Amino acid sequence: MSQLIPYIVAAPLVGFLINGFFGGKYKNKAIAGWVASMAVTASFVMAIAVFSEMLSMPAESRAIHYKLFDWLSVGKVNVGISYLIDQLSIIFILVITGVGALIHLYSTGYMKGDPGYTRFFTYLNLFIVMMLQLVMADNYLLTFLGWEGVGLCSYLLIGFWFEENKNNDAAKKAFIVNRIGDFGFLVAMGVMLVTFGSLNFSDVFGAASGMGSGNTSIVIITMMLFLGCTGKSAQIPLYVWLPDAMAGPTPVSALIHAATMVTSGIYLVARSNILFALSPATLTVISIVAICTALLAAIIALFQNDIKKVLAYSTVSQLGYMFLGLGVGAFGAGVFHVMTHAFFKACLFLGSGAVIHAMHHEQDMQKMGGLKKYLPITFATFLIATLAIAGIPPFAGFFSKDEILWKAFSQGSTLLWVLGAFGALMTAFYMFRAVYLTFYGKERFDAAHHPPHEVVPAMWIPLVALAALSVLGGFLGVPKILGGGETISQWLEPIVGKGEEIAAQSQIMQGEGMEIPLVIISVVVALVGILMATRYYKKRTTLASQEQKLGTLYSLSANKFYVDEIYDKTIVQPTYFLSNSILYKIVDVKIIDGIINGSAAGIGQISGMIRKIQTGIVQNYAVMIVVGILVLVSYVLIF
Amino acid sequence: MGLLTLLILIPLAGAAILHFIKDAKSAKIFTLAIALVAFVVSMIVYIQFDSSKAGFQFQEKLPWITSKTIAISYYLGVDGMSLLLVLLTTFLVVIALIGTWNSTDKKIPGLMALILLLEAGMIGVFCSLDLFLFYIFWELILIPMYFIIGIWGGERRIYAAVKFFIYTLAGSLFMLVAIIWLGLEASKVTGVFTTDFTALQVASSKLSLHVQSYLFWAFAISFAIKVPLFPLHTWLPDAHVEAPTIGSVILAGVLLKMGTYGLIRFNLGLFPQASIDYASVFCILAVISIIYGALVAMVQTDIKKLIAYSSVTHMGFIVLGIFSMTREGLQGAVIQMINHGLSTGMLFMMFGMMYERTHTRAIKDYGGLAKITPHYAVFFAIAMLSSVGLPGLNGFVGEYLTLMGAFQSSVLHSWAYAIFSCTGVIIAAVYLLWMYQRFMMGPVTNEHNRSLRDLSKREIFSLVPLVIFMVWIGIQPMSFMKLSEKGMNAQSDTLLGARQQSGYEIVAPKVIVK
Repeated sequence: MSQLIPYIVAAPLVGFLINGFFGGKYKNKAIAGWVASMAVTASFVMAIAVFSEMLSMPAESRAIHYKLFDWLSVGKVNVGISYLIDQLSIIFILVITGVGALIHLYSTGYMKGDPGYTRFFTYLNLFIVMMLQLVMADNYLLTFLGWEGVGLCSYLLIGFWFEENKNNDAAKKAFIVNRIGDFGFLVAMGVMLVTFGSLNFSDVFGAASGMGSGNTSIVIITMMLFLGCTGKSAQIPLYVWLPDAMAGPTPVSALIHAATMVTSGIYLVARSNILFALSPATLTVISIVAICTALLAAIIALFQNDIKKVLAYSTVSQLGYMFLGLGVGAFGAGVFHVMTHAFFKACLFLGSGAVIHAMHHEQDMQKMGGLKKYLPITFATFLIATLAIAGIPPFAGFFSKDEILWKAFSQGSTLLWVLGAFGALMTAFYMFRAVYLTFYGKERFDAAHHPPHEVVPAMWIPLVALAALSVLGGFLGVPKILGGGETISQWLEPIVGKGEEIAAQSQIMQGEGMEIPLVIISVVVALVGILMATRYYKKRTTLASQEQKLGTLYSLSANKFYVDEIYDKTIVQPTYFLSNSILYKIVDVKIIDGIINGSAAGIGQISGMIRKIQTGIVQNYAVMIVVGILVLVSYVLIF
Repeated sequence: MGLLTLLILIPLAGAAILHFIKDAKSAKIFTLAIALVAFVVSMIVYIQFDSSKAGFQFQEKLPWITSKTIAISYYLGVDGMSLLLVLLTTFLVVIALIGTWNSTDKKIPGLMALILLLEAGMIGVFCSLDLFLFYIFWELILIPMYFIIGIWGGERRIYAAVKFFIYTLAGSLFMLVAIIWLGLEASKVTGVFTTDFTALQVASSKLSLHVQSYLFWAFAISFAIKVPLFPLHTWLPDAHVEAPTIGSVILAGVLLKMGTYGLIRFNLGLFPQASIDYASVFCILAVISIIYGALVAMVQTDIKKLIAYSSVTHMGFIVLGIFSMTREGLQGAVIQMINHGLSTGMLFMMFGMMYERTHTRAIKDYGGLAKITPHYAVFFAIAMLSSVGLPGLNGFVGEYLTLMGAFQSSVLHSWAYAIFSCTGVIIAAVYLLWMYQRFMMGPVTNEHNRSLRDLSKREIFSLVPLVIFMVWIGIQPMSFMKLSEKGMNAQSDTLLGARQQSGYEIVAPKVIVK
């Protein structure tokens, strides 16, 4: 089955090329959608085939290396276009192609009638190709290719409707902020080459495991890699691009900005778990950044009125939870949450897309309400996914989030758990606020003129599938204490086991016997959040005035803590001022060119002065000769 | 007659014949035919080139100015690096001719003759192994370029042409002095004044460090102006802005590489010890060029000026790679020269195509063109992304290798050079994406643009080969880099070997010592 591996990548690549080259000539634009969807589906089917073969093999021989060809071999940079399919990458491959196929299918309905229909599917296929490079690579450089490649696709798709500058600004911001993260990735690779002399995973991890914990180089490498992750996976301080990225079409938000691309950072840390485990300082930084991001984003999500913005901040917050898991050394738990989050968040985004579609491109929840009866399927699936994200058992999010919280408590600290649980409270609150504002209460729109319609099957089938996964997905990771088999953590053990073990050496374990009580508390906390949302929003018709009573908290949350404005004033504008008013207008034009042109002018002036001696009048020359003779003679006579 | 001589003579003869062709169209067709023949000949050289050897191949040596005490010869030869640059030259001239076919109808035969003269000069520069001959070709190039800018240029063409000419000439005079000095030093050893590169390599190894460093600087200044390296770069924006499209394409595509080529061939080749001593000075200037060029590019309101400043950034990476002296750095520098030729050449050519239609260079006059000229937008996006250094396209390979070379360099003693240079990657995204947005995206703000034609078949035909090479180098860079692999590896090993012999210690960057 391993010979199928290159075709997993080739299928969407072919789809991209076909649509890219011939897309303009299609008589029936729907062809583009079908080509793209078939390509990703084929990829998914092949991934399942490879996965099932892996299942039949013993754990230690499940990893498959597959080299396509040499890419770069100069000095110590020796990397190929070569893939590593193992227990970690296959999970990501399945999520990418599986959720990807569903979202492609959904898009055939959602994007219908858009003038850029073909272009959309071309980009979407390219994204799948790049995302697969990212998770399948067997070396950091190829991962980086995918890393930048998905960034490009994200850029292209955020700015998909390029006639509006708001979208272009969001796209540009996403790319540039991500590039700041990529700077970290580049530096990490440089230090890695110096330290380990290689960029291949096996060499690097092999060499690293022989080194001591806290080695300076490893600390630098991991810190820089994590800087990359804060860009791609939207953590403080680089999360600011993700909420703006909602300018793209909603399927893009679901696929790229919720289910797959933004989890690249988690993949990278989980893949490099040995390096991170050897650097406790970095793990601490990750935990702190993660919990702060989770809370900050949750606070901002509390009072957003744009349905996609709520989901966007919720994604940032959930990514924070995933990093919290990684930060306390529970790499498997982080990956588990990536998977369940992909299911329920994709479901939520697609559901919001269905709502937006039905509401004729209205995204403001203040102008919705009462949609339950118009969109029954969307409502049901949205509700299931909301229960999942809120952490209500037995939905998927409950198991994965609870695992992270438990690890944060047992391997981290009580404070991390308390803050995490508080975040869970807010999550339940803002998600149910969204449900109530959208689907319950009075209809705050003109139903008579534009009655909303339930979406077409191409759109609700993916919703149902994802909702089903949001229910079932969690059972892959039922903890032992609840009688489960911890299937997923056992599956990942060969990859992350070593890292978890090393990380555990520098941790103090606590909380034996506390797991059940903590689970109960966190469920209660989630229920409280839901009840609060029900109390305030279920029947409410006038919202804004109520929320504004909260004063500072409300204005900070609604204005996103003014982070964009702060960045603009402290980074963007000073850089522009420095470049324009100082470097260009003074250094370049005045100083450097001033000296150059000045010396030219100086020479010109001197020549001009000397030139005047040559008058062309013979009498003048005669006078000069006489003066010259006099001077010479007197010189001879005097000395 | 050897192939390299043929390669120089073909365009030279073409330029002479053009004197008798008065009709614009036949002049263009004739020139294209000549350029194609030159390209074919360079391909023959490529096919016969043995990339498993490090030294010079296709050597031709004829005595030129000789007596008992003087030995100046007509001496040609190529190694992998110069072959790649020759191929770039012959390729880019063909592409530029097709791409700018209708860009002007002013004195076509004259322009064509100058282009061929320029081509002969550039090939000569990359093939000369005698410094006297090299100098002649080096100066020869100034003349056609001066006239191309001065006659076919924009409004301030005279200012730009004179500035270009004097700036470069002033620099090369230092080189002339150095060549003579070096020849005299050689004559002290062998009794014969020679400008033979291989002989001078032997002679220069016996120079005192003092003299080496004087000579190093004399060469370095003239090359640094050509590159151009901060703070000697201010001729470039003016020259580019005023030059006609074909002039800009060749200037950015090939001419700048003569500077970096010279740094590798002559500075590193003749003065290894001085190169090591001043590596950090050059790398500091390279880092400044990278960051400064990018920041200044960001605030430009004229598209050609923006692309010109982006050249300062990109060439900075090449200099960084060269003076890191590692295998990665040198190989990265070589491929980055090719990449910059392709991507910046394409940007200038594409903007030229737009300029033919609109006659404005101001970014504010554009916007929303992706809707009106979708093909143009796609091709321009590819060139832009190649320039941004997106992995999978060519630009990344060179930039990445030079950075990795700088990280590992034992000459530089610090990661700071590499880390600061990495920030160039961020700013590159800022200025290029922002430019693309204002140029191509958003609503159509200028009503005149509504009736713009999209790319013609001829224009697409001239761009497709460039795109093919961008993707090819991005994914299979080794098929190009293997040409220069042996030569650059040997050069790096020699340099770092020289360093060990001279008693320097190789010190690992401090931070990893544990």
